[in-house]
Formats: sequence, C-alpha cells, structure tokens
Amino acid sequence: MNIRHAKTFFLGALVLCFLVSLFANQINSYWLFISYDIGINIILAVSLNLINGYTGQFSLGHAGFMAVGAYTAAAITNQFGELNPYLSIAVFLGALLAGGLLAAVAGLLVGIPTLRLRGDYLAIVTLGFGEIIRVVFQNMQSVGGARGLSVMHGWTNFFWAFGFAAVTVYVVTALVHSTYGRGFIAVRDDEVAASAMGISTTKYKVTAFVVGAFFAGIAGGLYAHSKQFITPGGFNFMQSIAIVVMVILGGMGNTIGVIIAAILLTLLPEGLRAIADIEHIPGIVTAHPFVWVSDTRMIIYSLLLIILMLTRPQGLFSLRKSLSK
Amino acid sequence: MKIWRGQILSAAVLAVSLFLSGCNKPPGESFATSDVIKVGEFASMTGSEATFGQSSHQGTQLAIDDLNAADGVLGKKLELHMEDDQSQAGQPATVVRKLISSDGVVAILGEVASSRSLEAAPICQENKIPMISPASTNPKVTEAGDYIFRVCFIDPFQGTVMANFSRKTLKLQNVAVLTDAKSDYSLGLAKFFKEGFVADGGKIAAEQNYSSGDKDFSAELTAIKAANPDGIFVPGYYTEVGLIALQAKQLGITVPLFGGDGWESSALVPIGGAALEGDYFSTHYSPQDTSPAVQNFVKEFKAKYNSTPDAMAALGYDSAMILAAAMKTAGTTDGAKVRDALAATKNFAGVTGKITIDANRNASKAAVILTINNGQFQYVQTVQP
Repeated sequence: MNIRHAKTFFLGALVLCFLVSLFANQINSYWLFISYDIGINIILAVSLNLINGYTGQFSLGHAGFMAVGAYTAAAITNQFGELNPYLSIAVFLGALLAGGLLAAVAGLLVGIPTLRLRGDYLAIVTLGFGEIIRVVFQNMQSVGGARGLSVMHGWTNFFWAFGFAAVTVYVVTALVHSTYGRGFIAVRDDEVAASAMGISTTKYKVTAFVVGAFFAGIAGGLYAHSKQFITPGGFNFMQSIAIVVMVILGGMGNTIGVIIAAILLTLLPEGLRAIADIEHIPGIVTAHPFVWVSDTRMIIYSLLLIILMLTRPQGLFSLRKSLSK
Repeated sequence: MKIWRGQILSAAVLAVSLFLSGCNKPPGESFATSDVIKVGEFASMTGSEATFGQSSHQGTQLAIDDLNAADGVLGKKLELHMEDDQSQAGQPATVVRKLISSDGVVAILGEVASSRSLEAAPICQENKIPMISPASTNPKVTEAGDYIFRVCFIDPFQGTVMANFSRKTLKLQNVAVLTDAKSDYSLGLAKFFKEGFVADGGKIAAEQNYSSGDKDFSAELTAIKAANPDGIFVPGYYTEVGLIALQAKQLGITVPLFGGDGWESSALVPIGGAALEGDYFSTHYSPQDTSPAVQNFVKEFKAKYNSTPDAMAALGYDSAMILAAAMKTAGTTDGAKVRDALAATKNFAGVTGKITIDANRNASKAAVILTINNGQFQYVQTVQP
C-alpha cells in the first residue's frame, strides 16, 4: 500500500464505516459487538506492526500500553461522562485521546532507557514493562484494583472502532512511506548499516514505540467502552501475545496482511462457536453433529495457528517479501 | 502497485463476505425449537478457573436434566445453551451477547467469578434478561441493575454469621482479629464480624493486619498472644491461613482460629497440617449436611458424574432451580415478569439452604460451619441469618 492508496483507503474506510453505522441497529448485536473487537484488534495489530514489523523491534508489552489507555479513558468518562448529554461525544473523544497520549508517554518512558537493547533482551524488557503496568493497576485502589473497574458508558460503536482503525492504518502507512519513515525500515533491515549512514537508530525506535503505544492506548479506550468492565487481568501477557500472533500471522511489515490476520483471528473462535451450534445437516440427520467442537474449540484454534505457521512462515498474505519497495 | 490494488480489493471482499456470513445466521432455528425454553449459561470451562466453571456447569446441567425429567417448565422442556468464557476478561461480554442475540435465551445463569459476572451484568440489564449468578460474592454484581440476582450470600454476611457462631455456640468472650489489609473480602468480613460480635456482648481483644503474600506472621501473632484472647478470627485466604495456623501453634497459641469461605480449598490442610485441627470456617454448603435436600442432590450428582459435588456445583444447581421456580410462578418466560417473580422469591428450598431474595437481589440464607478434624472438613451446623 503506498501513500496514495493509503489516502484512498482511508477516505473509503471512513465513508464505509459511517454508512454501516447508520444500519448498525439492523445487525445482530452479537456480531455487531464482534465487529468492535475486529476494529480494536486491527488498531492493536497495525500499531504493533509499526514496532515489530517495520522497525524490527520485538515488543511483548503492547497489552500494557492498552491498559494505560483503557484505564485513563474509563476514569475520564466515568468522571465527566454525565456532565452534559450533548457533550458526550466530545468527552469520549477527549478521553480516548488522553488515554492514547498517556500510553504514548508510557511508551516514551520505556523506550528511552531500554531501546538501546536489541532482540531477545528488548523482548524481555518490554514483557517486564507490560507486567509492571498490570501490577500497578492491580494495586491502584482508585481504579478498583484487582476487583476491576466498571465503565459506565458503552460508547464504543462501529463508527468509532473502524474510524480509529482507518486512522491507525493511514498514519502508520503514511509514516512508513514518508521520507522520514524510510528510517524505520533501514533500522529493521540492518541496524549497523543504518547507524553508519547517519540514522539515529534509537530515535527511530523511540518514535516507533511512542506512535505504536499511542494507538494501543486508543484501542484500550475503545475496548473499555465496549466491554464496560476492565480488570488488570485482561491486559496480561497473553493479550500481548495474541497481538503479536496477529502481526506474525499477517506477515511482519505487511499492513494489509496484518489487518486480515486481525479480522480472521477475531472471527475464528467465534466461527467455531457457530459451527458447534449447527443443529443438523440437511440430508444427514444427526442432532448437533459438531457439538464436540465446543469442547475442543481452543485446541482447534491453536492447531490452526500451528498449521498456518508451518505452511506460511512468512505470513498468511504476504505476496512479496516485504513492503520495503 | 497493481498487485496492491488487487490485494486491497480482495481483502475488502474477504472482510465483507466474512462479516455477512456471520450476520446470516439462519433464523429458522428459533421457530423449529419453539417448544423449548432456552436458558443461557456462561462458565469458565477452560483457563485458570476451570475447576469452578466445570463444577457449576455440572450442577446447572443436573438441575436442567432433573427439571426436564419432571416434564420441564410451563409444559416445555428446558434447553441449556452453555458458552465457555475461557476464564478470560473480555470474553463474557461477547458470549453473553451471543446467548441473548443469536441463541435467543430467556435467562442467563453465571458466573462464579465476580469480575466476569460484572462484565455480563450490564448487558443482561440492557436487554432485560434476568441473570442469576451462582457464586459471585462481590456486592457490586447485583448493583448493576434490577435484572441481576444471585443465589449465594455476599461477603459481609459471613462476618455476621461467624460473630453469631463464635459468641453463641463457642461462647467466646474475647477474640482477636487478624485481617488481610490488602483484600476487600477480608476487610468486609472483619468489619461485619466485629460489629456483630460486639453487639452480642463480646469484646475485641486485639486487631492486627497482614498483607496477602506475607510468609511470616510472628510479629502479629506475638501481639495477639499478649492480649490473651480466647479465639482468633482470620478472614483470609487458605494460603496465608495455613501458615498463620502453623506459626500460631509454634508460638504456643492454643485457642481456636476461625474464618470464612476463603479457607475452603483442598490446599488448606496440606499447608497448615495438624495445626488446623479444631478450627472453624463458614461456607455455602457441605455434602455431609444431613438434610434430605442435600443428601438427595449428592446422591444424584454422584450417580451422574461419579464425584462428590462441591459448593460451586450446589450453587449452580440452585441457580437453575430458582429460575425454573420463578418461571412457574410468573407463568411465562417474559423477562420482566420472571424478574418480578425472582425478586419475590421467599424461602425457596435449595440445596444450599432456604433462599430468600432480599431488596438488593442478594440471597439471604443460612451458612454452613465446617471444622477441621483429622485433616478432613467436617460439618458442624447450619447458621440461619
């Protein structure tokens, strides 16, 4: 996706999500709700792709940034959401942005001292950082501590989820394809050579972390206002891994691939639920032929991941090696 | 560039087709099965709290089977739709929406963990679907709205129960309280214990705090020993309780310890060992309870699953039974009417005692006191509220 296409995509996506949101009340609320998850996961995966895919830094702390955004936005709307019904959109938008900014600050804080590390070492530090954030929220009684925080307003809807997904895709694509942004790819492809060419590798890495963390924070805010209840346990290491899986499955540094992987991986477990619910196959009369799927759903899901990784190690949808052209 | 345009297009087509395939769930199911009443259940069948979810699901399933064997409810069979939430935050909100919007259930049963019940509660409230939690003891759960009920007692109640028991049955005068200052559960129990015990004419000899995760309690226990109490109330969780019991015996404290359902775990005795002998705790139910309702339930459960039902199974059973009773009273499965019937429930004879739903939609019911004898939990008595 080059920059011109990114703009078309961005505008198209905005129009599309506005149109769909007009018909939102016609859609089964369960599938509508899953579509919010899809939008949120697209934001998370695409923003992590900037760090892990384009810049080549292995971060395992994305759920931590998400937690910062979720708690910040939730605390703000719980406090100010009731002020004026006409202002609710502004409060929500402000809360999301505040969550994103605070997450970006967290990204900066973790980035500056640690991004001189590489590879496995960086992965471990970001992992530790994500856990620290989680434990901090667990002990912060003002936001409910380990018992979790109820979010009063379920303001996330199709428009917000996909609008922000479009913004994320646009910003990440535009950034990577700008003159400045070529530096990210240079850092990934050969850090020593990039450094020798005068690129400040640390600065690029910190930039990637800050931008990635900002959008993770936005996604966290959207998550909080769609689930309406958040606990520190929801932002654990496994959540970080789930996002990393989307990036790897989609193909590191392949935005379209990552988007499709985010969609597929969100729908897959729910699709398996739907299969388990099939009551009978016309012609072959058996009651609930796939009921065993409901017990083995997560095993099937994991097996599919293993098979995909074995057969498509370069990522599901990467037609070319990378987007570096 | 050409390739990319193609990819965008195919991605869009794929996304839209996936989305549409999701939306087009055949609506035929609903009228094909209109002779049944669909009841939803969400439980942690996998993940970190799988034992709780599986127990409560077994109990719920047994109740549904029993009801169907007795010709169902309102002349229709019940159909239980269970979804696994993987013990994972974020999942309950999704599965409960599925149960309500896609499966079309008329009521929701679940969950054991308060944090996951709290996630589901606003959705049930919004859709006007009654929800009954079997074992979420956090008071906030039923505060989510007037469609949310529970069949277990809430944290503070156990404090009151233990105050009555220690004052009236054990005839204690002077007790010390050792609280986990980090846990709301422990603080709640301690507060209501102290109020109840003092109101009954007892005296609090000493108050000490610890934090969950502590390993050494000798400072607190020495201070308690100096106050010379005739009993120590320890409303904590089993890991610390076991260590506290051990260290108390080492310091020569021989008075009984007692606490709440945080003690109930198969890991308690392996930690505390012989030091726990003769100590007491309150909980929801005991399979040794001699009442016919409990013995009947234990027999049926053993016949079906070949194991002894725990408290979660008993509460799961009661949650389904109380829902069926409310539907019978209401004469319909309409959400608002079932809610009114549930709210008016009085003296419902459940496995876990006589359940009365109070004004805050919490169950007011008896607690069971167990003691530790030869390393086994033994039934002592049932304490009425």
